[in-house]
Amino acid sequence: MAVILGRARAVVGQNVPKVDGIPLATGQPKFTLDLDFPGALVGKILYSPHAHAEILAIDTSEAERVPGVACILHYGNVPRVPYTTAGQGWPEPSPYDTVLFDRKVRYVGDRVAAVAAETEEAALEALQKIRVEYRILPAVFTIDEALAPGAPIIHDEPDAQGIYDPQRNIAAAVDIPIGDLARGFAESDVIVEETCEIPYSQHCALEPHCVLAYFDEDGRLVLRTSTQVPFHVRRIVSRVLGIPLSRIRVVKPRIGGGFGSKQEVILEPVAAALALRTGRPVRMALTREEVLVSTRTRHPYRVRVKLGAKRDGTLHALEMEALGNTGAYGAHAGTVLYNVGSKSLPLYNKARHLRFHGKAVYTNLPVAGAYRGYGATQAFFALEVAMDELAEKLGMDPLELRLKNHIREGESSPIFEKLGEGREGKAQIIRSCKLAEALRIGAERIGWYEKRRNPRREGPWAYGVGLACAMQGSGITGIDMAAATLLMNEDGSFRLLVGATDLGTGSDTVLAQIAAEALGVPVEKVLVYSSDTDFTPFDTGAYASSTTYVSGNAVLRAAEEVKRQILEVAAEMLEEPVEGLVLERERVVSRRTGRSVSLAEVGHRATYVANQRQIGATASFACPESPPPFAAFFCEVAVDTETGVVRVERFVVVADCGQPIHPKLAEGQLEGAVVQGIGHALYEELLFSERGSCVNRSFFDYRIPTALDVPEIEAILVPSEEPTGPFGAKSIAEVGINGPLPAISNAIYHAVGVRLTRAPFTPERVLAALKAKGR
Amino acid sequence: MRVYFELNGKPQYVEVKPGESLLALLRRLGMKSVKEGCGMGECGTCTVLLEGKPVRSCLTFAPKVQGKRVTTVEGLGSVNDPHPLQRAFVEAGAVQCGFCTPGMILTAYALLEENPDPTPQEVREYLVGNLCRCTGYKKIVDAVLLAAQWKREGQWR
Ligand code: FES
Ligand code: FES
Repeated sequence: MAVILGRARAVVGQNVPKVDGIPLATGQPKFTLDLDFPGALVGKILYSPHAHAEILAIDTSEAERVPGVACILHYGNVPRVPYTTAGQGWPEPSPYDTVLFDRKVRYVGDRVAAVAAETEEAALEALQKIRVEYRILPAVFTIDEALAPGAPIIHDEPDAQGIYDPQRNIAAAVDIPIGDLARGFAESDVIVEETCEIPYSQHCALEPHCVLAYFDEDGRLVLRTSTQVPFHVRRIVSRVLGIPLSRIRVVKPRIGGGFGSKQEVILEPVAAALALRTGRPVRMALTREEVLVSTRTRHPYRVRVKLGAKRDGTLHALEMEALGNTGAYGAHAGTVLYNVGSKSLPLYNKARHLRFHGKAVYTNLPVAGAYRGYGATQAFFALEVAMDELAEKLGMDPLELRLKNHIREGESSPIFEKLGEGREGKAQIIRSCKLAEALRIGAERIGWYEKRRNPRREGPWAYGVGLACAMQGSGITGIDMAAATLLMNEDGSFRLLVGATDLGTGSDTVLAQIAAEALGVPVEKVLVYSSDTDFTPFDTGAYASSTTYVSGNAVLRAAEEVKRQILEVAAEMLEEPVEGLVLERERVVSRRTGRSVSLAEVGHRATYVANQRQIGATASFACPESPPPFAAFFCEVAVDTETGVVRVERFVVVADCGQPIHPKLAEGQLEGAVVQGIGHALYEELLFSERGSCVNRSFFDYRIPTALDVPEIEAILVPSEEPTGPFGAKSIAEVGINGPLPAISNAIYHAVGVRLTRAPFTPERVLAALKAKGR
Repeated sequence: MRVYFELNGKPQYVEVKPGESLLALLRRLGMKSVKEGCGMGECGTCTVLLEGKPVRSCLTFAPKVQGKRVTTVEGLGSVNDPHPLQRAFVEAGAVQCGFCTPGMILTAYALLEENPDPTPQEVREYLVGNLCRCTGYKKIVDAVLLAAQWKREGQWR
């Protein structure tokens, strides 16, 4: 149900076939583990059964005697190099609080040792025979416990770096005041305050984390891995294992989803260490249980929002306090914390007096990391529920309140400058924003005004509608850099080499489209090869909604340079100045005479005939600003007042991602993100025993939405023209996950008059809220 | 133990390891489209057709296929000659990461054998055991309905 109004172009804005679509649909062996490596050892990890313990001794003698065991690694026999598993740009903003294997374990699922063996059976048997003597330490499982005076110190190791306050278990902290908050509230006519809480949840990419480590013919280490950040994997593995970066090649084949979970460098250093120690190829694949228990999660957050507004609805003062649980290690702790504010507060830039403050706290629970939305999801839950309450208190329609306060084209927010990626940011103005139109379209599709006025009721089922708005960014200002190499073949086709990492999003297709559009060729003429640190130029990787904007701009620059070279050759052939030539539909045409040469002729001449050269260019783009995509979310829910069951009946999401390069892929990003958001709202929570052990260790117990759990998501694109984006494009991958939590909570309130502020909104929680309200 | 079965139309006579799952056997035989998303029967990425019916190969012991017909997505079509159902998935935008896709396609194939004109709700009911974390299911349903239309129009094999 897309309304595509963007500028019609030959390739950009067209739903061309996804370049890897048919290979994937026909089951070609394109994934990490689809490559058989005869003679590869199987790598397995021993995990801590304790939430917090000191390892007094490890005895591997019995395990080593298991036939087929080649190597066992633990703290006693590997170098100790503090690092972070967060795959981020340099200088890394996350604390160096992790080592390959430590003397101390900090959560149930922390790694204790690793085994490489000829068979999986032998590796598993060896794991069972490793004797570990633990001294159990007191553990903390909540933010409040971790911050309490006298709480056990989780990171007491002396060599950790970059932790905000290890003595108090604070991984990162922030406090940014703008204006005068107290005065702001004093001058406000209406004030509301709300606190919302998101628990532990997980990405659940269907392909579990996996890696193949082997040596090439020159003895260099190759890591074929399911990652979002091949270049960061190379840098981190080089540092942790002390081998030169130039001796490592990282290859990312197709990967089975990431959503942030594969922005973590978890398995690669272990597999590489096992391979180096044994001199043999090593294959590691996590089971689903291992993924759930030991990898990464969303940062659980408690976010308090206080809003002050004038009688007419204009926001005047805004305070947001964010308390996050980063688990046992601080991967992304500070950057997610900063993003809670930086990716949400600019949306309502009318508030003059602001304060954003918070902490990310260590606990003895699994390690939180990057997850689609990256703090913004946590922020918008609280912010948009609070906005709903403010609208009610003002007696205003929630939609009108948004329209009155949201940021517009040409405007800015002081937040952009104050809050960056775990440090200061950079001022920027909004050059494209179609949120007002998105709100209007969404309201019409869902029947907003009619349904707000007349909430339906059928037997025990009460119906309601709710809305929310959200934004995100497009890449990380001042940090992200992407490069692209574009080479012309002698037949007029092109090879596009990009470090950009397609994790299923379709970015290979989108980048090919950008090149094809700039070169005036159909997309089939651009062959994409991506994410191989030996053969593709640098790219920070697929995270922070960066690829279309940052990598796309690099591709566009390379294509423009290649086009210039093509015109130069054509000018020689047509004996005319370059200025009089145009490149269109695979030909260079003289405007004056109408004479033309084909790209194949140009390619052939440059390769073989005269003035020989390789037509080609490498270009880079460093992200100077991060234009936000915007989205409006509308949903209708039915609440069973007897059982507390919530059904999402309809969901409409309308987004401004600039000019969609590939509308169907962009819609797919929105639909998938919204369904993950519905999972957050209704089903998903990792639960822990009293000893901090994850209880729901399978898809049977940790339920993600099935085809029957969600309605047909109506995704609508409202194109805008982002002047700094490639062909006007901005990002789309993350913004869709920020709306479902508040939109559904607000719809439940409309249906039954209770506020659900703790996700997920399970039948028990809904019933309890209804009871508390006295129904 | 040796097992005889038909894999994508070709006879196979293979040695099976004790306790080996059909998933492991098929991947060993080069059918890399058969994916392991959970290994516990909870995700559907390992779905194959056994005598035309979808089964979870991770929960099926290899010897169970003795004398039977097994189809994987490699058996429907190839890169240069994809099956219409495979084309429909690409055309509808139902393939994101593609990890769930082979299992989805095989389940959808079985559905369309049983019911050539399903409603969107019937498609969702039939695919309930196949998880997808990328697409939100909308475009997968679209793909199956598009393929159903092609099938009714005789564009099938
Ligand atoms: S791998 Fe068989 S159902 Fe998940
Ligand atoms: S396309 Fe990725 S899981 Fe379905």
